[in-house]
Amino acid sequence: MAQKPIIEAKQLTKVYNGRPAVDRLDLAVYEGEIFGFLGPNGAGKTTTLLMMLGLTEPTGGSVRVMGLDPARHPLEVKARIGYLQENMGFYRDLTGRQSLAYIAELNGLDRQTAEERIREALEAVAMTAAADRKIVTYSRGMRQRLGIAEVLIKKPKIAFLDEPTLGLDPEATNRMMELIRDLCRRHNMTVVLSSHFLHQIQKICRRVGIMIDGRLVAQGPIEQLARERLGVGDRTYSLEEIYMHYFQEH
Amino acid sequence: MKGFMAIYRKELADHFSSYRFLILFALIAMVSLITAYLAGMNMAKALEGRIKPTTVFLSLFTAAGAGFSLVQFVTFFGPLLGLLLGFDAINRERNEGTLSKLLSQPIYRDAVINAKFAAAATMIALMLAAIILVITGLGLVILGVVPDAEALGRILVYFVISVVYIALWLAVAILLSILLRSVATSALAALALWIFFSFFISIGANAVANSLTADAPPDDPAAIVKRARIENAISILSPMVLYTNATATIVDPSRKTTRNVIRVGVMEQLSMARYSGPLPLDQSLLVVLPNIVFLICLTVICFAVSYLVFMRQEIRSL
Repeated sequence: MAQKPIIEAKQLTKVYNGRPAVDRLDLAVYEGEIFGFLGPNGAGKTTTLLMMLGLTEPTGGSVRVMGLDPARHPLEVKARIGYLQENMGFYRDLTGRQSLAYIAELNGLDRQTAEERIREALEAVAMTAAADRKIVTYSRGMRQRLGIAEVLIKKPKIAFLDEPTLGLDPEATNRMMELIRDLCRRHNMTVVLSSHFLHQIQKICRRVGIMIDGRLVAQGPIEQLARERLGVGDRTYSLEEIYMHYFQEH
Repeated sequence: MKGFMAIYRKELADHFSSYRFLILFALIAMVSLITAYLAGMNMAKALEGRIKPTTVFLSLFTAAGAGFSLVQFVTFFGPLLGLLLGFDAINRERNEGTLSKLLSQPIYRDAVINAKFAAAATMIALMLAAIILVITGLGLVILGVVPDAEALGRILVYFVISVVYIALWLAVAILLSILLRSVATSALAALALWIFFSFFISIGANAVANSLTADAPPDDPAAIVKRARIENAISILSPMVLYTNATATIVDPSRKTTRNVIRVGVMEQLSMARYSGPLPLDQSLLVVLPNIVFLICLTVICFAVSYLVFMRQEIRSL
């Protein structure tokens, strides 16, 4: 791939209490793609994302986001990345619209721009009707969509979506994945998506990375991994097979 | 300060709309009104048909109304106000998962803690100012005395010291909310610290002083002085004692010292009686300046510690 990666990690390492949470990770994500970031819970996915955001300093190695070092330019990097964290929290006594307005203010948007973007973001996630209700009354799916809206409001170049479908029913999961694919196309956003719903990941991602015990054990286009690992060329395969293959190996 | 104003505004709005604040404010407003009213009525009766002393206006704050004076009320319960405004500042956001959302926005990390401290300190200042203004107004009506420039200056100094005193406990509460994960634990820890430093230190100081001078005869002047010195040195660790000392000569111009003077002989008593006129404000300030400086130092140190701890915390533990 001749294209220059928009996110590039080299030998990225993070040690917590003497135990490596992320171990010499080499990773490249290219502009405009949806990158599937897979792995069991506690494999170090979130830690990797936090290092890319500049919220945690790496113990070793380096990471570049759009050519910037997040540890040294955290504000510039955070302004360009929208982060939907796992189990995202909300100010429950605010309405959806107020919550978005707060995020807009934190991002230094002026009032007019903020209002415009809030309207757009609410429409994009189909939350306009519920925007003036308090978040405490929202269902899980609505909260996740509001979380996506909070990402969109920044008009980020890159979005980190950490388990955006966690705890959603199958129907809502499908809709969420479609929404992500749709938004990515429309806004030309690069998305790093972490999820356990491998079936959906296979549908919307071309390239994936599989992380187990702090190490990135595989990275590349799904069909390439399938060819190399499962030895299948023409037979249909599923991402789940590939994932389990790596999982048993390690 | 990127993000400071946004967080500051949000925090202020949260405080204003919270039941916690409404209840606190109603309670404090009620107590201070009743106290000032009773004190004012008592004074008006006592002063009927006499020439009013120049310091009568300030006695509204120091005279006991319903068993205690307003200054005593702030001394005892002001810390509670600071603790209640700060004990869940950081750990509530951490528990609800909003802290990492906040920090993943393009703002400096210290904007969070600075804005939270500033917003709560603003609430404290607003509450105190409201109370003082209400009492001043009440005094005008009941006593019919207009405070002169010096009385106003004293009230202003008193106001500033009180805000610093309550902000000290606010800083303690915020520090606990950073260190402890559970909101209930940090609330209890804050209360425990308040009780310890406000009440137990003075009791402990007395016990230590007595045990250190136990072998001296009870009427030995040197031992009495030594005992008082030890007691003072230990009890200065209590912010309540510091605050009481710091405001003593400010709100009561006829006081010359923060100490309870040990009158040993006739000559001392004579000299005390001779110079009984009120002190001017700058002299009153000079007497208690060390206490004020120490109080400010404690507040700054306490906030600086919470600032440092917060800045160094790993995000995964947030």
